Amino acid sequence: MHCYETKYDVIVVGAGHAGCEAALAPARMGCLTLLLNMSLDGMAVMSCNPSIGGLAKGHLVREIDALGGEMAKNIDATGIQFRVLNTRKGPAVRAGRAQADKQLYRLRMKYVLEHQDNLHVKQGEVTALYMQGDELMGVDTRSGIRFIGRTVILTTGTFMRGLIHIGLINYPGGRAGDLPSAGLSDDLRGLGFDVGRLKTGTPARLDGRTIDFSRLEAQYSDDNPVPFSFSTKRITMPQIPCYIAYTNSKTHEIIRSGLDRSPLYSGVIEGIGPRYCPSIEDKIVRFPEKERHQTFIEPEGLETVEYYPSGMSSSLPIDIQIAFYRSMEGLEKVEMMRPAYGIEYDYVNPIQLHATLETKLIKNLFHAGQINGTSGYEEAAGQGLLAGINAALRVKGKEPVRFARHESYIGVMVDDLVTLGVKEPYRMFTSRAEHRLLLREDNADIRLRDLGYRLGLVDEDTYSDFCNKKDEINKELERIKVTRIGLTPVEKEWCSHHDCKDIQKGTTLDQILRRPEIGYDQLQEIDQISKELTKEVREQVEIQIKYQGYISRQMEQIERMRKQEEVRIPEEFDYNNIPGLTLEVQEKLKRYKPDTLGQAARIEGITPAAVAIVAVMLKSRGEQKVES
Amino acid sequence: MYILDTIAAIATPLGAGGIGIVRVSGPDSESIGKLIFSGSKKIIGGGFESHRLFYGRFFHPSDGFLIDEGMLVLMRAPRSYTREDVLELHCHGGYLIVSKLLDACVAAGARLAEPGEFTRRAFLNGRIDLAQAESISDIISSSTDRSLALAQSQREGHLSRSLAELRSPLIDALALVEAYIDFPEDEVDPLVIGAVLDRIAAVRSSLQKLLDTFTTAKVLREGVSVLLLGRPNAGKSSLLNALTGTERAIVSHLPGTTRDLIEETVSLYGLPVKIIDAAGIRSHHFDSVEQEGVRRALDKVGSADLILLLIDGSKPVLNEDLELASNLGKTPYLLVLTKSDLPHMVDTAKFENAIGICPVSAKQAVGINDLTMFIYDYFVSSSVVSSDGVALVSTVRHRDILLRAFSSLERFSYNQLINSPPELLSLDLREALSALGEITGETTADELLDLIFSSFCIGK
Ligand SMILES: Cc1cc2nc3c(=O)[nH]c(=O)nc-3n(C[C@H](O)[C@H](O)[C@H](O)COP(=O)(O)OP(=O)(O)OC[C@H]3O[C@@H](n4cnc5c(N)ncnc54)[C@H](O)[C@@H]3O)c2cc1C
Repeated sequence: MHCYETKYDVIVVGAGHAGCEAALAPARMGCLTLLLNMSLDGMAVMSCNPSIGGLAKGHLVREIDALGGEMAKNIDATGIQFRVLNTRKGPAVRAGRAQADKQLYRLRMKYVLEHQDNLHVKQGEVTALYMQGDELMGVDTRSGIRFIGRTVILTTGTFMRGLIHIGLINYPGGRAGDLPSAGLSDDLRGLGFDVGRLKTGTPARLDGRTIDFSRLEAQYSDDNPVPFSFSTKRITMPQIPCYIAYTNSKTHEIIRSGLDRSPLYSGVIEGIGPRYCPSIEDKIVRFPEKERHQTFIEPEGLETVEYYPSGMSSSLPIDIQIAFYRSMEGLEKVEMMRPAYGIEYDYVNPIQLHATLETKLIKNLFHAGQINGTSGYEEAAGQGLLAGINAALRVKGKEPVRFARHESYIGVMVDDLVTLGVKEPYRMFTSRAEHRLLLREDNADIRLRDLGYRLGLVDEDTYSDFCNKKDEINKELERIKVTRIGLTPVEKEWCSHHDCKDIQKGTTLDQILRRPEIGYDQLQEIDQISKELTKEVREQVEIQIKYQGYISRQMEQIERMRKQEEVRIPEEFDYNNIPGLTLEVQEKLKRYKPDTLGQAARIEGITPAAVAIVAVMLKSRGEQKVES
Repeated sequence: MYILDTIAAIATPLGAGGIGIVRVSGPDSESIGKLIFSGSKKIIGGGFESHRLFYGRFFHPSDGFLIDEGMLVLMRAPRSYTREDVLELHCHGGYLIVSKLLDACVAAGARLAEPGEFTRRAFLNGRIDLAQAESISDIISSSTDRSLALAQSQREGHLSRSLAELRSPLIDALALVEAYIDFPEDEVDPLVIGAVLDRIAAVRSSLQKLLDTFTTAKVLREGVSVLLLGRPNAGKSSLLNALTGTERAIVSHLPGTTRDLIEETVSLYGLPVKIIDAAGIRSHHFDSVEQEGVRRALDKVGSADLILLLIDGSKPVLNEDLELASNLGKTPYLLVLTKSDLPHMVDTAKFENAIGICPVSAKQAVGINDLTMFIYDYFVSSSVVSSDGVALVSTVRHRDILLRAFSSLERFSYNQLINSPPELLSLDLREALSALGEITGETTADELLDLIFSSFCIGK
């Protein structure tokens, strides 16, 4: 092994969506960082759907941006269709989604990585961790170079022992067209990691020149595309439509006829696939009564003719694939450019991680992204950012950061992963966040900007913009609390016009805004000052006022749980011989090794009484240290 | 320092103990004390002197009902078990008095403590030394939580099964709402939410029914009535004397409400029991007059909660006794065989509808304790299941939980009515579910997702 002379602070293995954030963060925090990827042509590749965001995922992207990550800016610069979903529902569950030009997305990220100070980007496949005894020293690569680093972040995605399935044919690959990563997961297993197998899939790519778009319904971008990044002023990319097509009974018949050659139904695939991302054959088997299934035909870019039929992933044999795509209206003559396939890959059980994403087994080793059993670009990027930040903090000898469940979707995700583990690929849903009303896209900056700034990931200009916005919001909240309506004839007229004749003289503006029928759009008719507010300020104030009762109920809950949440359980804590704990509970706690009492309480089957007993034992054994 | 709310719980084992203690911890302890306690001693500077016992009476803040007399002690932070202000209320140890007192604390602003919460607070507030000793015994030998849990496990089991049924429409509704939120492009029809509205309304009315069965309140306020029936020489008066003379019972004489009937109210371990004796008939003549007395006593049968049918155990059963037993209709009766010190002559098999048989000898005070225990158990411990097998709500904790679930569902319906966005509907449903979850077990995120993905064809 040739030992490379430069000694790195942070080595990131893999330049997928997790790896890119994981490398940028420490480099921006001043740590000398190395990013290794199997191929430098394959960085920030969107393996599956050509889009970023959507429910809960859009929330993650905004959080990444608030913390100073890159994903939001990257999609803003390369997105070709922006839409806000759920506009008719409340603000907490609104989310942005954008189609990306896949190649531009990848290239822009590559550019950012290559031009980042403190960051070295190199091609290389890591085959093993370089250990000296128990101590992590760096990584070994297939080409015979050993890199020395103080911390290592693994973000290997779907690549470790990746196995691609098309019908009953299967072959090793990290993603169609890419080699798998061999050796690393065996090495991890040897080091004591619990390595398991998961499965996911992707649809075929179709040639747009052979699709009759005139027979499909088009879906356009929003008129005023809303960017993901709080710093992006305007979306400048041309916007192009997606198309909606449907399966029919013929399609379903064809699919059923191929089930005997499906690797899933014939038992060839052992890995567990996601329920929320079913293949088309899954949908048809599980919901036989459904007459048709919808698919969005999404462009993969401005310059390419490739289209991505969402919701149509499959691992059926090629002949069946061709036939069923062609059975759909508008796709009768379609040419398939890349076949759909399923992929199985190795992941490492995330209960072996701390909430900092550092592994419990090996100090200074972090895991982020699909290796932790998640799926999705945004989930990967969020974890990559957190792992990158904590690796840098480790190098600097500082306390790590952890995200609480009520502060961010990243916090919810990481807590779910490390506390409960995964049984199927984990994807973010807003329903996973018990404090959903607090965790909105619109307030991601208010939740996380300060932290991003303190970490050194948010620059001065951006931060001062943010501070101004926050001041404005607070000023306005104050103003409407003390401004009262005098009920002049004009105002009286306004009240009856808006169906709220019961408003009394002396009612404050915030009380008026609390009414479901009144927003700033109405208020500004009688309130001059609200006309002068920026859109962002109006939005924030209105949301805060409208949700107020609910928000304060959630805050109370959080406050109640807070102390327990933060009490740390030392790693070496001995659960044996604790009087009052059943054997079953002891075994569970030994297996999950929760970091905090809060985590312990969330493990299935751990009762409040058991948590109380652990709390008492912590104290009495004098082993407990509360970290501030 | 975090501001926590104020919690309350029963701190002594349930049952027939001598005194009962309700413990309150948190910032509102003192004000709660002031609301429900009126003491003989002057209160210094408008507050209770710390670590000092006050003697007085406890009242329910909602209706001013006198609960009991007893002692109050306030231990100011940090010199207390939890290092918060702790209030202890000492009263007579009967289950009903103690739970009524707990109810009063809740009405005065406390929240029912979760199991182990006092100990947890003691720990979280950095109370090390005593916490080890006291709290471990608290949890394990467990005066507070565990005995509470044990005593309630039976009740809970039954209630839990009823609630499990109520839970499923709520989870279905939640799955719908969540699918509608999280999959905007997956053709989840918001109108289907309408389909579950009826089911939710049904859940609400079931909850209301359950709440109506909350026996403690009724039982505590009005007591229960027990009717002594039997022929004149069956030993009613001696039994009555024995009952009212029981050491544990506190007797108060009330004038008979009718000329012919005597009522005595005794408190069995805190349960007020009105014993009605058709004693008036004794002063009359035999035969026809006796028939008249029996008729009057029988008039009372319908309104009594329990009948003690007294039969002289030393004599063979008479036809009149059997006739009497068959005239009791739906009111449950306990067969009391008096004079158990004499040889036993009764063929008890003939009283097949009796809910139990209790041999007593009033003269020698044999079996009286068993009889009082039986009566107490009958009303308190077994009041979980009414005769038709419907779950009843019998503890303050359960009532509190059901009330929370109920009001969340009310909010749900309101929000539905005014077209509130789905994330608020979801919150209401989640709150209702999490309340019920305190009895039935939590609804996990995974359970919910399971339901979403098995009900809707979703995802891409
Ligand atoms: C077929 C398929 C279908 C998918 N379907 C979906 C879907 O439907 N929905 C969804 O949300 N997500 C889907 N995904 C997942 C999505 O692509 C990933 O979740 C996301 O890209 C994960 O990001 P990551 O950074 O963890 O890994 P990846 O994006 O996979 O990146 C991993 C990177 O690490 C590099 N690498 C791996 N091992 C080594 C090594 N030993 N040494 C050096 N470099 C290494 C690789 O070259 C690659 O660049 C799918 C992925 C695939 C392949």
